[in-house]
Amino acid sequence: MNDTWKLGDRTLRSRIIVGTGKYASLDETRAALAASGAEIVTVALRRIDLASKQPTVLDAIDRAKYILLPNTAGCYTADEAIRTLHLARELGMDDLVKLEVIGDPKTLFPDNTATVEAARRLVKEGFKVLPYCSDDLITCKRLEEAGCLAVMPLAAPIGSGLGIRNPHNIRLIIDNVGVPVIVDAGVGTASDAAVAMELGCTAVLMNTGIAGAKKPVLMAEAMRLGIDAGRKAFLAGRMPRRDYANASSPTAGLIE
Amino acid sequence: MGPRSPLGRTHPGHTVVGSRPMSTSIDVVINGQPRSVEEGTTVSVLLAELGFGDRRVAVERNREIVPRAQHATTALVAGDHLELVTFVGGGL
Repeated sequence: MNDTWKLGDRTLRSRIIVGTGKYASLDETRAALAASGAEIVTVALRRIDLASKQPTVLDAIDRAKYILLPNTAGCYTADEAIRTLHLARELGMDDLVKLEVIGDPKTLFPDNTATVEAARRLVKEGFKVLPYCSDDLITCKRLEEAGCLAVMPLAAPIGSGLGIRNPHNIRLIIDNVGVPVIVDAGVGTASDAAVAMELGCTAVLMNTGIAGAKKPVLMAEAMRLGIDAGRKAFLAGRMPRRDYANASSPTAGLIE
Repeated sequence: MGPRSPLGRTHPGHTVVGSRPMSTSIDVVINGQPRSVEEGTTVSVLLAELGFGDRRVAVERNREIVPRAQHATTALVAGDHLELVTFVGGGL
């Protein structure tokens, strides 16, 4: 089945985007990325450690195989996020960026107003923006109007693993925006990823759901399969829900 | 005793990057840490002496990006605030 999707002018096969944080080692990072089947992986930008020169995450990522997606994790204002992405561009990144403007340290919920403002400015500068946002249709519409390539509503708080808390909202967003909808944050296990895809999401972005599992590499594979199963179920079109039983064996011809 | 700055203050505990006898050092702040560097040190020389000459590092000087092409020609000035950043593992 040739089931690709478009992100701007790129054509992608994989519907899982994975983060590169929280792994025990660079070897584990490398193995989990491979098992997930991801084509896009996210990275964060931080000060270099002046005291010790450790191998960096870039040593674990084959740039020929993966598209790097720099994020603005930890930024609380539009200005900080934009400053961070200017530095990412200086590091030789393409213009594809993951915009996050956090509004509160406890929930890590996004500041949607600041996110929309930052998105407008970044799009004007030529960035291709993938914004993390609340599962709120109007915010997603504003982000689409701002020129974002996709919208990335959260399923649940970042790192919570609580799954899709409001599938109805995600559904409304899918039905009412024209750009790809990528669920970003909150996916805890393979069935959560499958649910996102069954709802009709284009892709899912996750990090802790894989890195926080007891066996991250095995979970990366499970997530890939969950995404695949959910996508195929969406394309197949599920049967209607019924309140009462409906026998699947013939009711005629019963022995007496 | 720490290195002597052009202003004559001593700075015990500062790390001297690129100091040679008889050279003048200047005080700068690198990733939030006060440091002394030899006057005339360029961004390229600084990165090399910190051990990051072979790494891709983005440099901000007083909140302005110093493009990679200008690392070799940009000399640090006393009081400069530098941010040296690179990519780390991260998701959301």
